[in-house]
Amino acid sequence: MTALAKETKLYDCRDAFSATLVAMAANNQAIVAVCNDSVGSSKLDGFRDAYPERLVNVGIAEQTMVGVGAGLANGGKIPFVCGAACFLTGRALEQIKADVAYSDTNVKLVGISSGMAYGNLGPTHHSTEDFAWVRAIPNIAIVAPCDNIETAAAVAFAADYDGPIFLRLSRTGVPQLLPDDFEFALGKANTIREGSDVTLIANGILTHRALAAAESLEAQGVKARVLNMSSIKPIDEAAITRAAEETGAIVTCEEHSIFGGLGSAIAEIVTETCPVPMKRLGVPGVFPPTGSAEFLLDEFGMSPQGIADTALELLKRKA
Amino acid sequence: MDTRDLRVMANRIRRRDLRAVFEAGAGHVGGEMSVIDILTALYFHVLHVDPDKPLDPQRDRFILSKGHTACALYVTLAEKGFLPKEEIETFLQPHSRLNGHPNRTKLPGVETNTGPLGHGLPVGVGMAIAAKLDGATWRTYVVTGDGEMQEGSNWEAIASAAHYKLDNLTLIIDHNRLQQGARLAETNNLAPFAPKLAAFGWDVLEIDGHNMDEIVDALSPDRRNAGKPLAIVAHTNKGHGISFMSDNVAWHHKVPSEDQYKQAMAELEEAAL
Repeated sequence: MTALAKETKLYDCRDAFSATLVAMAANNQAIVAVCNDSVGSSKLDGFRDAYPERLVNVGIAEQTMVGVGAGLANGGKIPFVCGAACFLTGRALEQIKADVAYSDTNVKLVGISSGMAYGNLGPTHHSTEDFAWVRAIPNIAIVAPCDNIETAAAVAFAADYDGPIFLRLSRTGVPQLLPDDFEFALGKANTIREGSDVTLIANGILTHRALAAAESLEAQGVKARVLNMSSIKPIDEAAITRAAEETGAIVTCEEHSIFGGLGSAIAEIVTETCPVPMKRLGVPGVFPPTGSAEFLLDEFGMSPQGIADTALELLKRKA
Repeated sequence: MDTRDLRVMANRIRRRDLRAVFEAGAGHVGGEMSVIDILTALYFHVLHVDPDKPLDPQRDRFILSKGHTACALYVTLAEKGFLPKEEIETFLQPHSRLNGHPNRTKLPGVETNTGPLGHGLPVGVGMAIAAKLDGATWRTYVVTGDGEMQEGSNWEAIASAAHYKLDNLTLIIDHNRLQQGARLAETNNLAPFAPKLAAFGWDVLEIDGHNMDEIVDALSPDRRNAGKPLAIVAHTNKGHGISFMSDNVAWHHKVPSEDQYKQAMAELEEAAL
C-alpha cells in the first residue's frame, strides 16, 4: 500500500469516529454509547441528538461507566464506552480487566484525546501509559488508527468484532494517509512506504510524521520502510520479523511512554525472532513539560527531522 | 417453593458449602453462611433462570458482587441444575471451573466475573438499562457485602441507578456487620445504610436476612415502586447457623479443623430436622 500524496488538510479523527457511530447506529439498534460527561469531547452530540435514549451519560464516574458498559453488553447491546483515554484507562483499569476483558464482554472502549493531546493540561491529562496498562491485560485488542480513514474503518470493525477492544483516538489534527477504500484488518500492519535500509514503525498521530521522515531520508539516499502498526494487540509479528530481516534496523515512534507501548511490543518480537539495532522514540520515562502535543512530540525527538536523525544514527550500528 | 421448602434447601446448601470449604481447605465460609438464605430465595423463588437455556435473553440477571463467597453460589447453581452436584468436589482444584471467584466464561449461570469488590452494582446498572432500552421485563439483582459498600464505585452506581429510574434493579446488601479484618463499625462504618440509600432516591427495605418469610416478602413484586430502584438491607450474621462462627470476625476465610467441622455439621444437621 502506498500512502496518499501530500495532504494539507488536517482531520480530527473524533469526527470520523462520531460520524461512523451515528451511521452504524441507524442500522443496528444494539449500538449504544456510554460516556462520563464527555459528550462534547467525545463528539457524541450528533449521536445524542439522533438517539437520545441510546446515550448513557453516567457523569464523572469512570469505574461505573465501564461497569455499565459491561452490563449493557450482557443485555445484548454493543456499547461504545467513551472517555478521555487517561481517565478511561487509569481510573477504570480494574473494571477493564475484570468486567470487560476477563468477563469477555462485547465492550468497545474508546479512549479519546490520547497520548499528549491535552499537552498543555499537563501529565495528569496525558495518556502515555494506556498502551502498557491495557496491553498487559489478556483478551482485549488495542488499536490506534493513524488517520480519519483508518479511524472510521476501525470503528466499523469494532462494532462487528465479537469481543473487547480498546480504540485509542487523538484529537490532534492529522492528514489523510490511507486511501478512501482502505479496509481495516486487526493485527495487520500496513506498509505505507517500501524501503530496504531501515524500518520506521508508528501508529496513531505518529504515522504521518514517520512518513515525512522517510521522505527526508530518501533525499539523503536512505530508503526507509514505513509500517503503520495501528494494532498493538494483536500485533503483526510477521511484518515485524520481515522488517528486521529485510531492513536490519528499526525505529519506533509513539505518543506514549517508551515503556510498555508500541516500541516495547516490537522489541519483544525482534529480540525473539531477529535481533537487530532498534531505537524506541516516545516519552522517555519522564513527566512531560507544558506544551502542545505537536511541541512535545518534537521535544521528544519525534519531529520528522528528529525521526530521520535517529534513523541515521541507528544505521551506523547496522552490521 | 414455599418458605418451608426454601429453609430446607438453604440448610442443604449450607451443609454442602461447609463440606466443600473443609475438603478444599479454603473458602470464605463466614460470608457464605450469611448470604445463603438470600441466594436460596433468589434461585428457588424469584429468579427466572433456566439451566437448559443459561443465555436466554429474557432471563433474570443475578450478580454475586461479593464474589469471594463463590462456593455458596456454586452449590446453589448445582442445586438449580447449572452444573452437576458432584462437580462441587472440584472446588478450587487445578483446572476446575469452580474458581475461588465466579467466572462466567467457565460456568453457565454466572453473569459477570466478580472478585474485586465494588464491581457488581455498576454492571447491574448496565444490565438494567439494557432491559429498559428493550422494554423487556427481566430484572437484575445484585448482592453486595456491607464492607464492600466502602468501595466508591458502588456509590457512583447508586447515583446512576436513581438517575435512570431503574425500578427493574434490586440491590441486596448482606449486612453481616463484619468485614475481612474487623467489624464494619471499627473500620469505616457506613451503617445505617437505609437513610443513605434513601437520600440517593432509592426505595429501601430492612429485613432479617435469615428469616425466609421476610426475604421472600421483600423480593415480592408488591414491594417495588415505579421509577425507583430497590435496596434490601438484609441484616445477617456472618457464620450464621454455626454457633462458634456466628458473628465472629475470625471466620472470614478460616477453615474449620476436623473437630470444628464435625461440630458445625452436627449443628446444621440438627437445624435441618
